[in-house]
Amino acid sequence: MTAATAPTHHIAPTISLGTRLAGFSHLLRLAWRRDRILIPSSVLGLVVLSVGSAQATLALYPTDEAASTGLAGVLANPSVVALYGPIAAQNADALAVFKTVMMGAFLTAVLGFVVVRRHTRTEEDAGRLELLGAGVVGRWSALAAAVTLGTIAVVAASVLSGLGLAALGMDPIGSVAFAVSWLAAGLAMVGVAAVVVQLASTTRGAAGLGFGFLGAMYALRAVADSADPGTFVHALGWLSPLGWAGRVEAYGADRLWILGLGVLALAVGLAMAVRVLDRRDLGAGIIPARSGPRRAGRLLVGPLSLVTRLARGTIIGWTVGMVVGGVVVGSLLGSIADLAADPGIRDILEKLGGSAGTLEDIYVATEIRFVTAAVAAAGVALVLRLVGSERQGLGEVVLATPTGRARWFGAHLVLPVVLTTALMALLGAVVGLVGPEVTPEAPSLGASIGATLAALPAIWVMIGVAAALAGALPRFAPFSWGALLVTFLLTEIGPLADLPSWLLDLSPFTHLSPLPAGSFQVVATVVLTLVALALMAVGLVAYRHRDVT
Amino acid sequence: MPDVISVSGLHKSFGRTTALDGLDLSVREGEVHGFLGPNGSGKSTTIRILLGLLRADRGFAAVLGRDPWHDATDLHRQLAYVPGDVVLWPSLSGGEVIDLLGRLRGGIDEHRRRRLVERFELDETKKGKAYSKGNRQKVALVAALASGAPLLVLDEPTAGLDPLMEEVFQSELTALKAEGRSVLLSSHILSEVERACDRVSIVRAGRIVDSGSLAELRHLTRTRVRAVLTTAPTLQEVHSWRGLHDTVVDDTELRCSVEADHLGELVAALGNRGVASLTCQPPTLEELFLARYQAQPDAGGAPPSRSTQEQPV
Repeated sequence: MTAATAPTHHIAPTISLGTRLAGFSHLLRLAWRRDRILIPSSVLGLVVLSVGSAQATLALYPTDEAASTGLAGVLANPSVVALYGPIAAQNADALAVFKTVMMGAFLTAVLGFVVVRRHTRTEEDAGRLELLGAGVVGRWSALAAAVTLGTIAVVAASVLSGLGLAALGMDPIGSVAFAVSWLAAGLAMVGVAAVVVQLASTTRGAAGLGFGFLGAMYALRAVADSADPGTFVHALGWLSPLGWAGRVEAYGADRLWILGLGVLALAVGLAMAVRVLDRRDLGAGIIPARSGPRRAGRLLVGPLSLVTRLARGTIIGWTVGMVVGGVVVGSLLGSIADLAADPGIRDILEKLGGSAGTLEDIYVATEIRFVTAAVAAAGVALVLRLVGSERQGLGEVVLATPTGRARWFGAHLVLPVVLTTALMALLGAVVGLVGPEVTPEAPSLGASIGATLAALPAIWVMIGVAAALAGALPRFAPFSWGALLVTFLLTEIGPLADLPSWLLDLSPFTHLSPLPAGSFQVVATVVLTLVALALMAVGLVAYRHRDVT
Repeated sequence: MPDVISVSGLHKSFGRTTALDGLDLSVREGEVHGFLGPNGSGKSTTIRILLGLLRADRGFAAVLGRDPWHDATDLHRQLAYVPGDVVLWPSLSGGEVIDLLGRLRGGIDEHRRRRLVERFELDETKKGKAYSKGNRQKVALVAALASGAPLLVLDEPTAGLDPLMEEVFQSELTALKAEGRSVLLSSHILSEVERACDRVSIVRAGRIVDSGSLAELRHLTRTRVRAVLTTAPTLQEVHSWRGLHDTVVDDTELRCSVEADHLGELVAALGNRGVASLTCQPPTLEELFLARYQAQPDAGGAPPSRSTQEQPV
């Protein structure tokens, strides 16, 4: 090996840590300056999620007796365990955080990942790191600043949530353990993010790797937690940072030492990231950017095909997700019947799913509500690409051609409407095909598809909200996410928290037909559809009359 | 000949910032019209109004005889645009973007496309993210030049191109002119403007401060004169000569700038006086533009004052 082929081997050890981290404090302050809204609001959201839902659940089941008798059965249900992980113990505190341990650990991990990526690969991809790197800035400084800020965000969300739970009067050690469960997942993901942003050479590539990893870890955990303790499959859960979050068993076993796993994962991730960082060029990754075709395919002819082509990855991802989700939901229908004896379970499911019929029907209705919100998010994201591309300067490239505004705006409506319709139909078809194989009680193929399609008007309303904002008030378009979150939580948590019905009525999700077993709500469906159309029309008219910047 | 772009009294403000403050502009059919001005003077805002992306607050704008806001879609069939800062879709290759934009404009001239890709030495297989600024610029240029549009709107099209590619661009521009197509060319590169443009408009703080052919603009500006006379002139004499500015008399040497209308008079007067040596320097393009960029809109065309060692007269 010659010095020319591997100069870093000779030079690297002589560079002092101070040199490598030169400018660290400036970069950290810059990162904080850019994230001073994003991080505090995300942390606040996570604290509200954990403390708010704990308070609501404690109000419903104040004592351990109420909690254990009412919910023991539901929580042993494999589908619920697959979604949220096992419950730590049969007490009120454990029940109060049952959903938020896993949901929050996942979201905390996302927060850590997003913050790290924002200040490393995104900056490098945009060329801004080059500007900074030409100054007195060490090779490791940007990564160090990003990891520090990501860690701060994860710690803040976890610790403040733990403090909030303790302030509710919940067990102090358990509250510490709750913080540990989020910390373990969050810190590990910060470490993973540090590596991923070195490997991928584009922002999108990093997102694909990072979220792909997180999804795989969630799936691994779901499979492991569904297996019997003591088995090999169950032990596999220890490979997943999200599995650690559940296995802390906050308000139960309180395994605080699992925090060490999170810290270790962060340290290992950092060590790997730094090794790659010392060997690669600025702007490059380990996974190179692929080149594309020399000529456009015959299908790339107009605004709609362009928008569709740009969303190709999204479309494929959601399609796969729907098939996998449908198989999981459908196959779990078999174990629902075991719980049918307990009226308490039915009560909870009815509050969430809001339907009559067999337990299987209620279960399917409940799952559809969750998926509806997720698919609505996919639709909103596609609509908001209109604003995103406008901000990047891509909107004017298209609008300077004979493409009219109505067609360009319309393309950003047609794709989400068609895609969400197809996704919901796909989910219904998969559940309807898999379910009857498992149990005769499962809804039929037709009933399943009907149930998923009946949820579409709520999705269209959310697409309409995004379209109206994107058309009329593009600066406020991201508020579509807030609208989606609030309306979803109103329907999801509202009935448990005994919120007044007029408030619940504000959410389109509240008005969905309680299918497959209930009756189809013609009036509600028509009204929701008209509201959605009106919102889309408002967006279109406003878009045709405003400046495109 | 009719104007392909005709703008008068255009106003546009963004919040409290006034971008355009009564701008007038006319581009004649078949000409390459240079559009010059310092950063933030309103060039891009004007172009965006002409493309129907922004709506003017007040004033009149017509492109190819039509309202750019109301007839945007139809108008764009006859117009190709290269933005100042070319952004490409990160996941599409350069070749795909050229084809897409061509198809959105209703078709692309295959022969022309192939020739331009070769001339600009463009690698069409790279994806948007992987291109350098200059190469992104080439993608947009190929897409615009390959269209048969009778009007091209180019916003600083050569920013980021190397000198060889600038040369290619110049020759393409000449070819466009020969085909009788009209071009509005916003640029900072004065040599490019000097070579290619029939007429120029200089915009400053949202208004046109000057418009015309380069010869006309030069005419409005003063010529720098340096003369060594056989005998020293008297102050009274010098004051009697009209149209002189920044005059410095240093023994037998006279340095001044003189308004174009009075140049002949001055030369005649100096001749009578006896000239040992005489240099007349017409304003360089740089001076022309610096004068227009820096001066107040009503201050005419005074070149920037130069510091002098000697006491001015």
